Amino acid sequence: MFIKVAGEKKEYPEGLTVKELIEKEDVETPQYVTVTINDEFVESGAFESTEVKAGDEVEFLYFMGGGAR
Amino acid sequence: MAFTNEQLERYSRHIILKEVGAKGQKKLLNSSVLIIGAGGLGAPAAMYLAAAGVGTIGIADADEVDLSNLQRQVIHTTADLGKAKVKSAKETMQAINPDVKVNTYRKFITSENIMDIIRDYDFIIDGTDNFPAKFLINDACVMAQKPFSHAGIIRFKGQLMTYVPGEGPCYRCVFKDPPPKDAVPTCKQAGVIGAMGGVIGSLQAMEAVKYIIGKGDLLTGRLLTYDALTMTFRTIKLPKNHDCPVCGDHPTITKLIDYEQAECDMHM
Repeated sequence: MFIKVAGEKKEYPEGLTVKELIEKEDVETPQYVTVTINDEFVESGAFESTEVKAGDEVEFLYFMGGGAR
Repeated sequence: MAFTNEQLERYSRHIILKEVGAKGQKKLLNSSVLIIGAGGLGAPAAMYLAAAGVGTIGIADADEVDLSNLQRQVIHTTADLGKAKVKSAKETMQAINPDVKVNTYRKFITSENIMDIIRDYDFIIDGTDNFPAKFLINDACVMAQKPFSHAGIIRFKGQLMTYVPGEGPCYRCVFKDPPPKDAVPTCKQAGVIGAMGGVIGSLQAMEAVKYIIGKGDLLTGRLLTYDALTMTFRTIKLPKNHDCPVCGDHPTITKLIDYEQAECDMHM
């Protein structure tokens, strides 16, 4: 199936969970990433039980500090 | 209040813009913006807002200018080493534009003082570098119904979003709680390219100006991300989180929280 990850079209096998996608995409600090699918938040407690479906648009949102010092 | 000849000349490139005009420039001169953190993000934001003629600018930071700041914090110069950042920032802003009144707050923001500091300002810019401060600013702005620009920068990346009361999500809608100490690298640990503060801090100034003149679309409900290595800007849609503990339908956070911060990034 084809999905969009951070705006890029990618091919993954059916049945992929959000948790597996986070691993495959080598997401930095995976335990603190926020995920949206089709502009809706996915609860971090549901990463393992949520399947990504064909055509889904997945975004990873990262903590970013920086600024003053 | 009528413009002086000097003001007409100084702001001529603004006044000629149909979105600004004399009316917008007057709004800027009558407005007030608070910048929290006189560092990588706060430096360009403060300089552009001073140049733009924002009538009152507040700047809060407890630190002194350090040699390692000068690679990116362009409001300070080598001659300012050891000086309070707020003093150095004020001098630069007033040198750029003597029209501007600058209020300095040489302190860390805490749950005790933030409400008093933000009260008198129309728009707040979060230019801090640590998560406890970012969550504190978010919660205080939500509670006080103040619009603010959130931003973060690290390595070759930066991002920002704008919160406007009643319109769109707050920072906590996206990120529920601060990460534990040292779980997410800071600029000090991971580095940051100097011009990143210039890009993202200038975009924060742009949001403040647009909010004040009431033109264009703000980054409400959107996160703008910038990757300098791939030279890519993206906007990611941010839904409002109705379960948000601070701005959601049934808030559970009703008091400000001082989160713990690692010793090395105690300062703003």
